[in-house]
Amino acid sequence: MNKSVYDTPDQTSVSRRHILTVLVDNEPGVLARVIGMFSGRGYNIESLNVAEVSNDEHLSRITIVTEGTSEVVTQIEKQLLRIVPVHSVSNLDEEGSAVEAEVALVNIDLNDTNKKKIYEVCDFYRARKIENENNSVIFEIAGASERINRFIKEVNQITKIEIVRSGPVAISTNKNNEEE
Amino acid sequence: MKQDKTGAEIVLQSLVDQGVEVIFGYPGGAVLPIYDTLFKQNSIKHVLVRQEGGAIHAAEGYARSTGKIGVVLVTSGPGATNVVTGLTDAMMDSIPIVCITGQVPQHLIGSDAFQECDTTGITRPCTKHNYLVKDPNKLSPVIHEAFTIAENGRPGPVLIDIPKDVQFANGHYTKKEQIIIPSHRLFEPKIFKNDEKINQVVDLISKAKKPIFYIGGGCINSGPKASELVSQFVEMTGAPATMTLMGLGVLGSSHTNSLGMLGMHGMYEANMAMNECDVMINIGARFDDRVTGRLDAFSPNSKKIHIDIDESNINKTIKVDVPVVGDVKSVLTKIIKTWRDKKLKTKQSDIKLWWDKINNWKKIDCLHFTNNQKEIKPQYAVQRLYELTKNKKTFITTEVGQHQMWAAQFYKFEKPNRWLTSGGLGTMGYGFPAAIGAQVANPDALVIDIAGDASILMNIQEMSTAVQYRLPVKIFILNNEYMGMVRQWQELLHGGRYSESYTDSLPDFVKLAESYKAVGLRAKKPEDLDKVINEMINTDKTVIADIWVSKEENCFPMIQSGSAHNEMVLSKDQKQDEVSAEKGKILV
Repeated sequence: MNKSVYDTPDQTSVSRRHILTVLVDNEPGVLARVIGMFSGRGYNIESLNVAEVSNDEHLSRITIVTEGTSEVVTQIEKQLLRIVPVHSVSNLDEEGSAVEAEVALVNIDLNDTNKKKIYEVCDFYRARKIENENNSVIFEIAGASERINRFIKEVNQITKIEIVRSGPVAISTNKNNEEE
Repeated sequence: MKQDKTGAEIVLQSLVDQGVEVIFGYPGGAVLPIYDTLFKQNSIKHVLVRQEGGAIHAAEGYARSTGKIGVVLVTSGPGATNVVTGLTDAMMDSIPIVCITGQVPQHLIGSDAFQECDTTGITRPCTKHNYLVKDPNKLSPVIHEAFTIAENGRPGPVLIDIPKDVQFANGHYTKKEQIIIPSHRLFEPKIFKNDEKINQVVDLISKAKKPIFYIGGGCINSGPKASELVSQFVEMTGAPATMTLMGLGVLGSSHTNSLGMLGMHGMYEANMAMNECDVMINIGARFDDRVTGRLDAFSPNSKKIHIDIDESNINKTIKVDVPVVGDVKSVLTKIIKTWRDKKLKTKQSDIKLWWDKINNWKKIDCLHFTNNQKEIKPQYAVQRLYELTKNKKTFITTEVGQHQMWAAQFYKFEKPNRWLTSGGLGTMGYGFPAAIGAQVANPDALVIDIAGDASILMNIQEMSTAVQYRLPVKIFILNNEYMGMVRQWQELLHGGRYSESYTDSLPDFVKLAESYKAVGLRAKKPEDLDKVINEMINTDKTVIADIWVSKEENCFPMIQSGSAHNEMVLSKDQKQDEVSAEKGKILV
C-alpha cells in the first residue's frame, strides 16, 4: 500500500502474511516503541509475542505477525531498525525456512453426551488435558496455527468453548542465521 | 564508586562536558533542583523564554544556525506537553535537540500527581529516543548517550525525563569518554556495501543526457563541507541542480547551475526539469509530498539515485534505482574521487541541449508579479529586504504560510545554515523563537524573521525574551490581515468561501512592539518600504516592522495537490478547472 494521499497506484504486489522477529534490548518502553510505530504508521499487527530470551544480556525477542505487500513489510523492517534499542529484524517469511508454533488453552464445557467425541478429537490433535483445582476441563494444544484453527473448529461443532491463544512464535531453521 | 554529586549537579556537569553553552528553558516545580544548580555556576548561559514552545523552537534555531545541538530544559506536565510541537518539528526536519524535562518524584508517578504527565509516553513518537532516568548513577551515561544519538546518523530530538527525587539524590558521575554505546544503538554507514553502488552512480551520471541534482536538507545536516562537495560535483558534471525548501543555501542562489527551489511553490524550470530528466541525483532529500506532487506522474522517465543517511527513506514513496545509504559528506567524497579516478565526463553536447531546453522554460519568468504604486506587493517587500540586507551576515527565519514561500522564492541564499524554516511539520509560530535562538548563537549577525500577521501571534510572547536579552531580532511582518495560504486555498479550491481565515482584531504591531520596549515601524506604501527596512536594519534593538501588503495576493507558481510537476499553475493563468478543484479539496 502506498501511503501518500497523492495517489493510490495499482497494487501490483500481493498482500501476504509475514512473521517478523525483532531482537531488542529489554529496557522500559521498548515494546511501546515497537507497537507504537505500527499504529502510528498505519501498519497491522495480527499477533504479537514478547519474552526475554537472554537474561544476562537483557535481550528480548518480539515476534510480530503482520500482513502487507513486500514493499510495506520492507518499510516496516526499516522503520523498526530506526528504533534505538532494536538490534536486528528478520523477516522469517522471506527467509523461507522457519518453524513456527503457538499455544492455545481451551476451556471445554464437558458433559456425558459429548465427552467421548471430545476426547476423540483431543486425542487426534494431541491436545493435553491440564488438571486444575476447580475440576474444569482445560486442554492445551501447541503447534502450527493452522492445526490449532482446525482443532478449535472441530471442538466448536460439538460444544461451547472458551479459548486463549498465544499467537505464533517462530524461529529460522537456518543454522548460519547470524544475529548479535 | 564515589557518589559525591547530586543528580542535578550531574546533569549540569554532563552538559558542561558536552560543550553546551546555552540552554533555552522555563523553570517549574519538578526542575527546581536543576535550576538551583544552574544558579550556582557560570559556564552555561540560560535563556528564559515565555512559553516552553518558544524554548524548543529557539533551540532549533540555535542548532540549525550553528550545526550544534540545541538544549532545552523545562518542567513536568504542561512544561513537557508544551514542547511536543517543537519535538515533532525537530523530528521532521532532522534537527539535533536534547530536551531535559522534570518529572514528579518517583513515588508519585502514576498517581495523577500535580503537574504529572506520561512524558516519555507522549513524546515517544516525536523523538528519536527518550529516557526516564530512575537512578542518579545512570544520569551521566544517559545524557552522554542522548547527545550522541541526537546528532548521530539522521539527527533529531532526544528527551530525558528526570524525576525530582533523582535530581536530589546523590550519585556517581561518569565522564563522556568512559561511556561505551553499543553499536546497534547508533547509525553505522555500510561503506563496503556502497562501493559498488558508487560505481553505478558515477556510471549513470556520466551517461546521462538530461541529469538533474535534487538537493535536500540532509546536505546541510552533513556540515558546510558537504555543501562545498555538492557544489563541486555539480560543477564537475555541468548538470542543473534544484533544492528543496530545507536545502536552500547548499548551492548558492547565484550559482550558474542552480535552478532554485522545486516543489509545490518551486520554480517552473526546476519542476519541468525534474519531470523530464533522465537521471535524477537525490542528495539528502526525501521525496516529500510537497516536492513530488502526484506520485504516479513524478519524473516518469528517469533513473533515480538516492543518497540518504536514513535507510527508511529509500523506496518509501518513490522507487529508486540506485540507493546509497550514508552521510552526504562521505558519500560525495567517494563519488568525486571515483569520478576523478575514472576520468569521467558528461557529454557536453547533450548537457548543452538540456540547458537550452531549461533556459527556454526559464523564459516563462514564473515568479513574475505585477508591481504597483498604490500598495506593497509581498513579493516586492521580500525582494527589497534581500537587496538591502544581502551584503550583511544575515539569517532568515520564517513562520509558515504564503510569506514563507515568498521568502523562499525571493530571498537568495548563498550559504548553508542561513535559512531556518519549518519544512516538514509546517509549524506556525516557529520563526520568531527560532530567530531568537539564531541571534543568541550569532550575536553579531542580522537575524530576520519573515512573518505573517497570523503566524507571528502564535509565539508573540517571546517579545519579552528578545528584549530581556537585548537580542536585536527583526520581525518583518507581511501583513495582509489574512491567514494568507488558507485564504489562497479557499479561493482556489473552496469557491472563495473564506471560512475563518480573516484575522480580525489584529493588534497595532507598532504599539505592541513599543509596549515591550522594542521598536515598532510601519510601511503602508511602496515608497515607505526602503526607509522602513533600512531603519529596521540600523536599529540595534528588537524591531517589529509591520509591512502592509496587498490583501489577496496569491503565491505562484503552484502545483495544486494531486497534480504533476508539469501541471503548474502560473500567476498569469489563474484559471482552474472544476474537476481538479473537487479532486484537490481532499488533499492537504
